[in-house]
Amino acid sequence: MSDIALHVAQLGKQYRIGDRLDRYKTLRDVVSDAASAPLRGLRSAFSRDSSGQTGQGDGNGVIWALRDVSFDVEQGEVLGIIGRNGAGKTTLLKILSRITEPTEGYAAIRGRVGSLLEVGTGFHLELTGRENIYLNGAILGMKKAEIEAKFDEIVDFSGVERFIDTPVKRYSSGMYVRLAFAVAAHLEPEILLVDEVLAVGDASFQKKCLNKMQDVGQEGRTVLFVSHSMRAITRLCSRTILLDEGRIQKDGPSHQAVGAYLQSDLGTTAARQWPDLSEAPGNGVVRLCAVRVRTEDGQTTDAVDIRRPVGIEMEYEVLTPGHVLVPNYHLFNEEGINVFVTADCDPAWRRKPRPVGHYVSTAWIPGNFLSEGTLVVAADIHTHDPIVRHFHERDVIAFQVIDSLDGDSARGDYAGSMPGAVRPLLEWRTQFNSKETSL
Amino acid sequence: MQQMASVLDDMSSEAPVIIIRPSRGWVSLDLRDVWEYRELLYFLVWRNIRVRYKQTVLGATWAVLQPFLTMVVFSVFFGRLANIPSDGFPYPVFSYAALLPWQLFARAVTDCSNSLVANQRLITKVYFPRLAIPISAVLGGLVDFGIAFLVLLGMMFYYRDRVVITAAVWTLPLFILLTMATALAVGLWLSALNVQYRDVRHMVPFIIQLWFYATPIVYSSSLVPEGFRALYGLNPMVGVVEGFRWALLGSQAWGTRTLVVVSTLAVAVLLFGGLVYFRRTERIFADVV
Repeated sequence: MSDIALHVAQLGKQYRIGDRLDRYKTLRDVVSDAASAPLRGLRSAFSRDSSGQTGQGDGNGVIWALRDVSFDVEQGEVLGIIGRNGAGKTTLLKILSRITEPTEGYAAIRGRVGSLLEVGTGFHLELTGRENIYLNGAILGMKKAEIEAKFDEIVDFSGVERFIDTPVKRYSSGMYVRLAFAVAAHLEPEILLVDEVLAVGDASFQKKCLNKMQDVGQEGRTVLFVSHSMRAITRLCSRTILLDEGRIQKDGPSHQAVGAYLQSDLGTTAARQWPDLSEAPGNGVVRLCAVRVRTEDGQTTDAVDIRRPVGIEMEYEVLTPGHVLVPNYHLFNEEGINVFVTADCDPAWRRKPRPVGHYVSTAWIPGNFLSEGTLVVAADIHTHDPIVRHFHERDVIAFQVIDSLDGDSARGDYAGSMPGAVRPLLEWRTQFNSKETSL
Repeated sequence: MQQMASVLDDMSSEAPVIIIRPSRGWVSLDLRDVWEYRELLYFLVWRNIRVRYKQTVLGATWAVLQPFLTMVVFSVFFGRLANIPSDGFPYPVFSYAALLPWQLFARAVTDCSNSLVANQRLITKVYFPRLAIPISAVLGGLVDFGIAFLVLLGMMFYYRDRVVITAAVWTLPLFILLTMATALAVGLWLSALNVQYRDVRHMVPFIIQLWFYATPIVYSSSLVPEGFRALYGLNPMVGVVEGFRWALLGSQAWGTRTLVVVSTLAVAVLLFGGLVYFRRTERIFADVV
């Protein structure tokens, strides 16, 4: 047991709901809170016994983002952490990287910790690429001498040599991310905490980053890796923890934890609704009411047959008339690759201002088109002229595409794993000449 | 806790072990980790300086224009028209020597009080001693101060027959330090409060404005009745400004020494309180900012 790098025991983090929703308070709120506090204190004193210790909240405006989490990580181990949004993954990393304090329990970490909760933390748009490498490196905990020694390597990895003395505000978003990740990838702490940072950047760069991280694991460094990409998790991590509602649901070999995640309904939410319009995504022009995945016969589902068409339905309320609205979806696969973007081209509404009212727009994705696996949908409505994004909701819903082995899908009789962002069933023609080809 | 001790024994002592647990009660000031992160502090100061005049036409000229034009206006209205006594010194030098530390202070307090909120991305994504942010905001003002100081040297040369440099000039660094300490003391309180209460944002310009009039910049502290001098010194900027005039111009406004001593004590108390308050509240910064 002497090579334990990280020991976590009964770790818990409690948030008051108010802390999260009302981002900050004013003095007036504090005064009025203070006036009502004695009453509330009395009430909670009585209700504490009855509400017990279970679950997320206890009716008192309190949420346990993390509860009773215990595990050990050996030195050199690459541990995956999965779970749906809000399961406590990021909270766990934030506690371990000392950004926020736990409410209960403790953790002991041996070695220098580097955390990567976001790429490009502290990048300043006005500064050049060169200046940002130094700034970002220092923020991530590198010494100046260390940054200088690795400077060329970082620039090389990023592939933005030509623009290194240009302010990063002139960079494309791809260049920005590449530079930011290049700095992060050269961090050399004993323990590396990585949040979902691979969901950015293009596919080839993602692959480069995954390889880099694999190297990191092989150098005997301990890594905690949060991801939504089941493929990355199974590839990089030998062991994975599945979190749900702040508690550990499963702790074991990655394929088992991933399997448990996919089989449970944790991984996917096939429908999402906002019953209260005032809290729904959107603005004064339009607000989102619901997003659902539907099959041809109108049923909401989170698992669709690869051969059948699937409809993605968006329900929304137009509150102000006179705007041309373009509902659209962005579909991402489990590697975070944007498979496609589709926008409403219904001729009935194209370039036409919409009157106030309730709308349902459905995009039908044909059968034999999507690849198998998880697809995560972002829903968006915008106006082109002038460009206004009324809302853009990431990770609204997700669904599984299942390719059964019946032989009439694109995989035919092949049972192995098939790469590719899409899996269309194409028409193949094979010509055959029984005579020998003339030479 | 026993279990924890045994785990710690298991973790051999070859690498430092960090313990993360809820903090309770009083926390130690522990300024060592700020020292350990001094390179980050350096880069934050460097960033603040680099971006300060990006995309401006006049650039660092602003650092000169602001105090200089203010001095001109003061000299015309307060010096010439209102005839406010200036302890026998030319009014332009008299007011500019006070404007220098004042602008350093005012700018530092404003930047500092807003610094944690302005850097909330950093606070919610990376660990480092939070003190580095307000400290870097205060240090960032030194460059402007240095540039504006050159103008003062020019003015002192211009009035060389009425201003004599004395040995007291060697104490100037101490008064610059006192200015920064005052700014940091006030800034620590305001920045930490600003994380929770955005009222601070609206308060700061107002506080600075009132404070300006409570400080002997356009007038001399010799106008204040003798019985109130010690009380007046409780405003640390009084000690700073009179200290500057004494160091640079050899000004002998009565009781400068008393003022400086009282002001220094006031700063020490304010700064200690600010550090304690900051340390006590920094654990929730990431959750509420």
